[in-house]
Amino acid sequence: MTALEGLRVIELSSERGALAGKLLADMGAEVVVVEPPDGDRMRSYEPFLRDEPGPERSLYWWHYNTSKLGVTLDLEAEEDRKRFGQLLETADIVIESEEPGRLASLGLDYPTLRAAATRLIYVSITPFGINSPAANESATDLTVLAGGGPVWNCGYDDHSIPPVRGGGNQGYHTACHFAVMSTLVALLAREQSGRGQHIDVSMHAAANVTTEAGSYEWLVAGTTVQRLTGRHASPYPTMPSQIACADGRHVNTGVPPTRPEEFRRLHEWLVELDLLDQLPEAVFLETGAQRDQRIELSRIAEDPEVQAIFGAGREAMNLIAGKLDAYAFFVGAQERGMPVGIVYAPEEVMQDPHFAERGFAVPVEHPELGETFNYPGAPYVFHGTPWKLSRRAPQLGEHNQKILGRLEGPTKKGS
Amino acid sequence: MKALGNIRICDFTGQLAGAGSTRFLAAFGAQVIRIEDPVDEGRWDILRNMGPFVDERRGADLSGSFNNHNVEKLGITLNLRSPRGRELLAQLVAISDVVSENFAYGVLARMGFDYAKLRSIREDVVYVSNCGFGHSGPYAGFKTWGPIVQAICGLTFSSGLRDQPPAGWGYSYMDHTGAYYMAIAILMALYHRSRTGEGQWVDMSCTEAGASLNGPPLLDYTVNGRRLRRKGMPDSNRSQHPRMAPHGIYPARGDDEWIAIACRDDADWQRLADTVAEPWARESRFATLDGRIQHEDALDENVASLSVAHDKFALAARLQRAGLPAAPVQQPRERIDEDEHNRAWGLWPTVVHEKIGKVRVDGLPVQLSETNWELSRGAACLGQHNDFVYGELLGLDADEIDSLRAEGVI
Repeated sequence: MTALEGLRVIELSSERGALAGKLLADMGAEVVVVEPPDGDRMRSYEPFLRDEPGPERSLYWWHYNTSKLGVTLDLEAEEDRKRFGQLLETADIVIESEEPGRLASLGLDYPTLRAAATRLIYVSITPFGINSPAANESATDLTVLAGGGPVWNCGYDDHSIPPVRGGGNQGYHTACHFAVMSTLVALLAREQSGRGQHIDVSMHAAANVTTEAGSYEWLVAGTTVQRLTGRHASPYPTMPSQIACADGRHVNTGVPPTRPEEFRRLHEWLVELDLLDQLPEAVFLETGAQRDQRIELSRIAEDPEVQAIFGAGREAMNLIAGKLDAYAFFVGAQERGMPVGIVYAPEEVMQDPHFAERGFAVPVEHPELGETFNYPGAPYVFHGTPWKLSRRAPQLGEHNQKILGRLEGPTKKGS
Repeated sequence: MKALGNIRICDFTGQLAGAGSTRFLAAFGAQVIRIEDPVDEGRWDILRNMGPFVDERRGADLSGSFNNHNVEKLGITLNLRSPRGRELLAQLVAISDVVSENFAYGVLARMGFDYAKLRSIREDVVYVSNCGFGHSGPYAGFKTWGPIVQAICGLTFSSGLRDQPPAGWGYSYMDHTGAYYMAIAILMALYHRSRTGEGQWVDMSCTEAGASLNGPPLLDYTVNGRRLRRKGMPDSNRSQHPRMAPHGIYPARGDDEWIAIACRDDADWQRLADTVAEPWARESRFATLDGRIQHEDALDENVASLSVAHDKFALAARLQRAGLPAAPVQQPRERIDEDEHNRAWGLWPTVVHEKIGKVRVDGLPVQLSETNWELSRGAACLGQHNDFVYGELLGLDADEIDSLRAEGVI
């Protein structure tokens, strides 16, 4: 059995809301994605299967629409609009991210539908919320992350270089995460009350509350964080924590050691690698190892010994990282109890032994191509009701007959 | 009606990666009982002793970050080294719907409370664990925090500019987002339980959640064999999925002021060309998307030469009026104190904390028409709700609670 067995979701296709539908579909909800007859824009997005464009070849479409069924409807045409209305009558949840006002003009907005569909949970994902005076401002992932705060935190020590939008459409993702969390809250509320409701998700607001210290430094103390290369933006200068290893790949060295045990192991590691001669400060690692308790970072300024020990720890980590390949440093430090990370390119995860053992890459069959491809897998491992990619993304109109054919009314079109 | 008013959570989460999840549930009325260790005065959560602070006072009850992530929760202390402490935890689990934690792998099991034990106490319990690498695999014992998770899952690498090292995220994006996935996991498992009566264990690995957020580049690799680690990439201010140009963050007038501008298609480009009325905007080499991508460096230089002369708000508004996606890169003060959208939304509610007083916190970016969220109570001081939880929920009398205190159990 799946966690969301028996739930039907109607998703009006859009890049803004696609992840929300995917998260529900991969946990077992029947998600029907509704596209216009000529297909969603996502089908024209790179990358393509073997770099040849085509509506069934977009890997972007493939990723965001796993486990869904697909139908085509032209909401501007009365017949199809009626079918869409009938489809909604079968739905527990509708997810839409249309331009605000469009669905109202078609008589398909929540206020119009609610009287006939009291159990319906209707989710709107828009740039600023459906009632905002700026509801119709244009937005993309870039402008959401720039206006919403994340970009200010992200970039390089050198402020002549522009701040950075992190990759991967995370502005859309964050709005979708909140859409799904809220939909599940509404489902649990419906279990008690029997009533559905409207959920208004603001992409701008979602980005704004996903910036950690970028917000609460200002809210609490009136201080402003400044971006720093590869580490937390901060109101105060901090030491670099990202360095290039011998193979050119980077590692994040985390917070330098503070515990006696760490200093002892670090010293041993230097000996093992025959690097002791290259670090005169290593003597302070031995001092650190002999202490009764960890060094208190708050005492660095006033206690020269603490300062020397802490500095030696940092220098030792940097020295070793520069001598080893990134993977060897990552595993070597972690095995010695020090939390560091290799800066993997996304694809390197797919070959990593840990991700392999946990089954992160998931094969998905594309029967029409006679091929199977590995997809990125589960964000969580449910032991009772497993996450599952139940099918590849739907082809254009693939389930028109199966889904629309069940509805009452005039003859259905499509395959 | 509170949407989650019938849900009680026995909560061991901390920092942001865990605490952020139960914060969301508490905002919808779940009774979240956060357990902390009385012996080390709350150091299970390093944020308790970190800033920011509203004034010169310091201490485990005064942290602004801890308060932000723990609004609306109850807080108790419980010493799980003691047999009596473990008995009390078992009693609490017996009356809880959910047990949530983001300890390092193995910590809760060593305290005697793995899933088998939890289930023996309460058969339909929903147990959600969240740590860097999950509870199996060769790295299960490795330690992480936000930036380490982001490095390993690929998100640090995919945030950066051409010919520069990785920029990363500048904050713990995966602590926030790991918490969102943890909340999703708790809620999905609760929904399943409400339908079937069955609980379960969800094993969340934050690095896996992060890796799932780079779908198109991952498929480009598994399907086409193309790596994001290649010359000229990543270049994340530009847009590869889909292709757009111009698409970037350009200088605006003033020190460290910037504006984001995107042209989604040729129609947007025409709108930009009409709005700026510059000779370069009429050059034929920029007329099509292919041309703009082929000459993207020159295109970006031209856009930057224009934008740098303008106030970021005024230029963004002008481009928006023409129908283009554009936004100023907003600084904290601008988006928190001066942003009309956020003000209208009520995005920064004020909560009342017993010792800090009134302080603003992150609100929620959703409005539910029937069962909306509410944040008004600040985070608990250490052990603030011991009397309520041990007295009213577990039925101990005042003398018993006093002796637990005296014995160092709570």
